[in-house]
Amino acid sequence: MSHMLTIALTKGRILKETLPLLASAGIEPAEDISKSRKLIFATNQEHVRLLILRGSDVPTYVKFGSADMGIAGKDTLMESGSEGLYEPVDLGIARCQLMTAAVKGVKTPDGRIKVATKYVNVAKQYYAAQGRQADIIKLYGAMELAPIMDLADEIVDIVDTGNTLRANGLEPREHIADISSRLIVNKASMKMKHDQIQQVIDAVQQAVGG
Amino acid sequence: MTYADRWLLPDGVEDILPEKAVRIESLRRRLLDLYSRWGYELVIPPLIEYTDSLLIGLGRDIDLMTFKVTDQLSGRTLGIRADITPQTARIDAHSLKRSGPARLCYAGHVLHTRPKSPLGTRSPIQAGVELYGEASVNGDIEVISLLLASLQACGLEQLNIDLGHVEIYRTLAAEAQLDKGQERAFFDLLQTKATSDINTWVDKNVGSAEIAAMLKALPTLAGSRQILSEARQILAKAPAAVQEALDTLDAIAAVVSERFPQSNLYFDLSELRGYNYHTGVVFAAFAPGYGASIANGGRYDHVGEVFGNARPATGFNVDITAIDGLVKAPAASSGAIFAPATDDGAQWDTVNRLRAEGEVVVCGFEGQSVADVNADCDRQLVFEAGEYRVRSL
Repeated sequence: MSHMLTIALTKGRILKETLPLLASAGIEPAEDISKSRKLIFATNQEHVRLLILRGSDVPTYVKFGSADMGIAGKDTLMESGSEGLYEPVDLGIARCQLMTAAVKGVKTPDGRIKVATKYVNVAKQYYAAQGRQADIIKLYGAMELAPIMDLADEIVDIVDTGNTLRANGLEPREHIADISSRLIVNKASMKMKHDQIQQVIDAVQQAVGG
Repeated sequence: MTYADRWLLPDGVEDILPEKAVRIESLRRRLLDLYSRWGYELVIPPLIEYTDSLLIGLGRDIDLMTFKVTDQLSGRTLGIRADITPQTARIDAHSLKRSGPARLCYAGHVLHTRPKSPLGTRSPIQAGVELYGEASVNGDIEVISLLLASLQACGLEQLNIDLGHVEIYRTLAAEAQLDKGQERAFFDLLQTKATSDINTWVDKNVGSAEIAAMLKALPTLAGSRQILSEARQILAKAPAAVQEALDTLDAIAAVVSERFPQSNLYFDLSELRGYNYHTGVVFAAFAPGYGASIANGGRYDHVGEVFGNARPATGFNVDITAIDGLVKAPAASSGAIFAPATDDGAQWDTVNRLRAEGEVVVCGFEGQSVADVNADCDRQLVFEAGEYRVRSL
C-alpha cells in the first residue's frame, strides 16, 4: 500500500547538494525548483511530494507530522530539540562548526556574561554545562556586530571558514559541535510508512557512502 | 488586562464545545462499554493526591509533567494527576489486594505542565485499562488485543501498532558495563537513530567488539515481523534475557496478526518509551494524520513494589482528544422536535412519551418559534384533531 510521502527541503545552496541524493533514491522534482515560486512540488513518483521551506522550519514541519521526512542542519536540530524525530543519515553536506567567538585578544569577563546568538537553547545548554552564568540575547543576523558594539561579550554562531569573524576583528574560541545536514524522519511516519521511508533512507545512505 | 483577553484560556488548555463534546463523549462511552465487556472494572480515582503516592515509581518524566500545589490541611505536596496508571496501581496494591488478576479501566482528564507532543493539549482526556497479576505473555496479548479492539471501536480503519521490549536494551547496556552517564548518553543517541553518531560513540565507549556490534545493530532492527528473525541472528550471543524478550515479541506477533489480520505491526528494538518504569513489552498506536502516538502502553511489573505489593502489571491508555478528528463523525441522528409553548397539560404528556422513546424534544418559551431555539429541529409538535402529532417542518 502506498501513502503520500512528503519531504521537506530548504531552498538555496543546500538544495543543489540535496537533489542528487534524492535522485539516487529515484525521486526527482517534476519541474525546476529554483525557477519556480511554488512551495509544493510534485515529483516523478506519484506518491512523493516536496515542500520548500526556510531551513529552521524544516524540523517543525517534520515534528508535527506535516512532512514525513526532511533535510535539516544539525544546528537547527540542536536548537529545536530532536524529540519526535529520527535523524538516521548524516548527509555530510553543508559542513561547519558551531562555536563561541569574541573580539580578538579581549578576555571574556569572569562571572555573569552576555551572549548574543540565534541559537538560544543551544547557548543556554552549552554555558550551563560549562557551569557559567550567561544572559542570552536573541539576534536574527549579523552576530559579529554584537561584541564590537558591546551588546555582548561572546557570540555563539556557525563558523565555516572563519573569514567573516576575522574581517570583523573577532576570533573563534570554543568548539560546541560539528554541524552537517541530516536526513530527519517523523517517528510516527517511520512506524506507519516504514517500507517507503526505509527505501529512501537506504538509497540516500548509500549515495553518501555509508 | 483588557475585557477581551480576560476570557482567554492558558496555552494548551481548551473548552470542548458542543459538536466536539458529543463526539468525545461518544468515544469515551464506546471505550468504557468495550472495556466492561472484556471484564475490566471501572475505577474513578481522584484528580489530586499526594505526590508521595502519585509520582513514585514512574520516574522523573512524570514528575516534571505534574502540576503541584501545597495541601493547606496537611502541609504536604499534592499533585494533579498527569497519568492515571499510578493511581490504578495504588488501587490494585492497596484498596483491592486481590490475589488473582485484577482488570481495571478508567477514563478522565489528566493535566500536563507541558504538552506531551507538539500536537498535544495540556489537558487531554485519557481512557485506559490496566491488568494486574498476570506475568505471562498472555497478559500482554490480552491487553494489546484490547488496544486494537479499542481503535476499531473508535472507528479507526488503519491499525498501526509499534512494539518494542525494553529488556533488550537494558540487558545489552548492562552487558556493555555502561555507567549511568554513558547509558543516558547512549539512550539519547539511540532515540535519534543517528547511525553515524551511534557508531562513533560505541567505538569510543564500548570495549568488547562483540557487544559493540550488537549495540550498533540495535537502531537498524526496526521494521515488519521479519526483523525478529534478523535480530535472533545478530543478537545470537546476547544473554538469555534478550532471547526471552524476542520470544515474547514473536508470541505476540503470532497471535495478534491472526486475531487482527488487517493490523500493521511494526517492531523497533530500540523503541524505549517510558524506559524508566517499563519492564517488558512496550507498545504504541499510530494513525494517519497524527504525527505522534494516539495510545501508549506496556508492562511495568515493579511499580506496585513501592506500595508494598509488587504485582505483574500491564496496560495502556488512549488519548481520546487526539483520536477525535481522526475518525469519521458518527452518523447524524435525526434532528430534534420543537414543542411550541402552551398552557395545555396534555402536551406535557406527549413530550414525556416522546422523550422516553429516545427523541430529543426542545420546548419553546412564550412567543418563540422554531427559529428562535438554536436547536437542530427538523420536526415540530402540532395539535391536530384533538391530539399532539409530530409533523416535519
